[in-house]
Amino acid sequence: MENKQIDKPFAITLDVGSSLANKTGSWRTFRPVYLQRIPPCNNQCPAGENIQGWLFHAESGNYREAWKTLTADNPMPGVMGRVCYHTCESACNRGQLDSAVGINSVERFLGDEALKQNWQFDKPVKESGKKVLVVGAGPSGLSAAYHLRRMGHQVTIQEAGPVAGGMMRFGIPKYRLPREVLDGEIQRIVNLGVDLKLNSKVKDIQETMKAGGYDAVFLAVGAHIGKRTDIPACEGSRILDAAAVLRSMEGEDKPMLGRRVAIYGGGNTAMDVARTAKRLGAEEVVVIYRRTRDKMPAHDFEVEEALQEGVLMKWLSTIKGMESGVITVEKVALEEDGALSPTGEFETLEADSLILALGQDVELSLLENVPGMEIKNGVVHVNQHMMTGAPGIFAGGDMVPSDRTVTVAIGHGKKAARHIDAWLNGGEYVKPAKHEVATFDKLNTWYYTDAPKTVRPMLDIIRRQSTFEEVQGGLDENNALFEARRCLSCGNCFECDNCYGVCPDNAVIKLGPGKKFEFNYDYCKGCGICVEECPCGAIKMVPEQI
Amino acid sequence: MSYEPIKFYQTGTFTIGNRLLAPEQRTGQADMGRTNSLNSGHRACQGCGEALGARYAIDAVMRATGNQMIACNATGCLEVFSTPYPETSWQIPWIHSLFGNAAAVATGVAAAMKVKGKKDVRVIAQGGDGGTTDIGFGCLSGMFERNDDVLYICYDNQAYMNTGVQRSSATPPAARTATTMPVGPEPGNAWGQGKNVPQIAMAHGIPYVATATVADLHDLEAKVKRAMEFRGARYIHIFVPCPLGWGAASHDTIRLARLAKETGLFPVYSAEYGEVVSVSKIRQKQPVEDYLRPQRRFAHLFGKNPNVEVIARFQEMADRNIRKFGLLDDNK
Repeated sequence: MENKQIDKPFAITLDVGSSLANKTGSWRTFRPVYLQRIPPCNNQCPAGENIQGWLFHAESGNYREAWKTLTADNPMPGVMGRVCYHTCESACNRGQLDSAVGINSVERFLGDEALKQNWQFDKPVKESGKKVLVVGAGPSGLSAAYHLRRMGHQVTIQEAGPVAGGMMRFGIPKYRLPREVLDGEIQRIVNLGVDLKLNSKVKDIQETMKAGGYDAVFLAVGAHIGKRTDIPACEGSRILDAAAVLRSMEGEDKPMLGRRVAIYGGGNTAMDVARTAKRLGAEEVVVIYRRTRDKMPAHDFEVEEALQEGVLMKWLSTIKGMESGVITVEKVALEEDGALSPTGEFETLEADSLILALGQDVELSLLENVPGMEIKNGVVHVNQHMMTGAPGIFAGGDMVPSDRTVTVAIGHGKKAARHIDAWLNGGEYVKPAKHEVATFDKLNTWYYTDAPKTVRPMLDIIRRQSTFEEVQGGLDENNALFEARRCLSCGNCFECDNCYGVCPDNAVIKLGPGKKFEFNYDYCKGCGICVEECPCGAIKMVPEQI
Repeated sequence: MSYEPIKFYQTGTFTIGNRLLAPEQRTGQADMGRTNSLNSGHRACQGCGEALGARYAIDAVMRATGNQMIACNATGCLEVFSTPYPETSWQIPWIHSLFGNAAAVATGVAAAMKVKGKKDVRVIAQGGDGGTTDIGFGCLSGMFERNDDVLYICYDNQAYMNTGVQRSSATPPAARTATTMPVGPEPGNAWGQGKNVPQIAMAHGIPYVATATVADLHDLEAKVKRAMEFRGARYIHIFVPCPLGWGAASHDTIRLARLAKETGLFPVYSAEYGEVVSVSKIRQKQPVEDYLRPQRRFAHLFGKNPNVEVIARFQEMADRNIRKFGLLDDNK
């Protein structure tokens, strides 16, 4: 009989084998898994933008793809990159490292780039045959129309005014939002096949629905009636409301405000109208507010910019009356519990006009006699599907309870569109389960290079006081790319190859560019180095089921 | 010569690769076709720094030599966990003889290659700190002195881990090992010089000496590549944390290596013909406690009554390294 062992070298009795036969995966008690966590910016965005997602494309210089990803949620990046209060940046994890990523400035760059290159939206793949009416061409109406159209529905917007844009046009001054940007982004939505009817006020919603054969309606009429307060005023006292003043800025005849202008209120509209008055040539602009600066609802940067431009502020004051160009102001005291109490101390100040910026009401006349419609505190009540008490009638934007910002309105438009679409198909839109948030402690920031934020140029102060030129400049391509690349990609793999490199057991398989990685659980011993060394927190350890 | 950090805002300088970098700016380990010289299925513990360091280094040698290399291994963890008879994890020509003679065997293999006229086949010797700084030290010094054409790589995990964590001449002071228990007036390993083999190698005036850690792959690969540009004796000392022997979490292997460098306790530099030519600067200076505390071998320094005196001596050690090698950036 042949003895195979004879053929082997001295003292060798077995064939050489590979250690691959030894499946070390059986040692494991915990296993690493790839996951996507929601970045804090996305989690924060009222418009539900996938910020990390579009920055990912911008990082590689693929602005077209970045813009497409962005506009999948928000059709107006050029507007948003200017007027959004970017709470995403306050949430940004990079803020804890050096300074937050300038998300807003990259968004603006993408919006401007799209207008420059004349990028258009993709047409819907198929038509649903359903008809939806949108009432009001403000941010929420335009957003809803855009999303509904992309879902394949036939959309008509009826707008009472002569131009579309709503509060973006009539509430936000030109120095913050140049009109060619707004017009460009609205036109792009219209180009998608949305029927925009101007100067066509809806008087009775039920009648209009029936006449047009609409399957559903989205109400977004906004809130543009200035709130009044009872101020005793005599002849010769010029009292205006802020919404009306800002609206008239759009017309041929600019409002005559005079040399000395007083503004009553402490919100963003008060700041906008104060800064507008300054630009119209008023020498003395004073904002009268009954509480203190830290209690002001206006955003701090707006207050700061207004102060820089020479707007004066009078805190803890209420207006008692106005008589032939003289305003009587009473000093108030702020109690510890936050309540205000009159002090009985009065003073006077001269003003050619007084502008009230005390908030705005909704015009609700079109909803009269609609069965099921519920109106509380001057706003329309909607359920979690954005539907009013009347079936098929949805509502959003400033006319429902909200923070009343453009971003929130745009978010409402998207949300409502999803619910309307589901309702038209006889179903219910179920929000996908939210991933866990990628908090700062999930990151390994060692791997990120130091790179402070790029600051956008600001318009010279003299020009800001006298002209309506845009105050804040934009980024050019170089620094937009720099800014995008500051993104930490929290919670989402960006293919840095760390897990693939650091595994002592070669148990990570690289699948190739764009395809990311997978674990080879035959050999993964569960040491957890990949989790610890993942810069962005896109891997976690989970216990093995034994 | 160390590598030049890539100016990149997101990551890239410190990560293994990055989709936005050109392939030549990524490390060799980012390559889908990397050699995996040390294959899966080896029996090293979870989170083994030595297994990782060995793959990093040998893959880099394979790249530098066009896969024309032979490795001679000293006895130790690396040998034991990779080659339980009849299996092997090595995907390279590999030979093991004894604990103390890896450098001498490599000298012999290099001589054989010379006789056979195979100039392109390069020879590597490798071992742990025990096989290098203690048992194999005579052979190693001889190899240096003769300037034999061998690259010797030492994977330093600071004790004899394979046999049950006994102290070596590379074990740091105060560390608990099986032979230096934390008892008596000076608990743990005694305070002394230890044996600093990179400095001793430099004193031989050999062409190339370098230190590296598993926490900076760009640097490690650049050093291996540079070492292979020389003929003659070369030495690379790689710092590889041992979760088992140090009493550290298996996921902290790279973090501890990073901290060893960032505290200044393990200076990372390279020298040519006995002269220091590059140092890796500290990027985020850390106090030595941050490095010592996660390791149970130093647990007796902490607890209810921290041994501040000993911790201060560690800090002195780190500060001396920082001064000696200029580890802090002058601008900072």
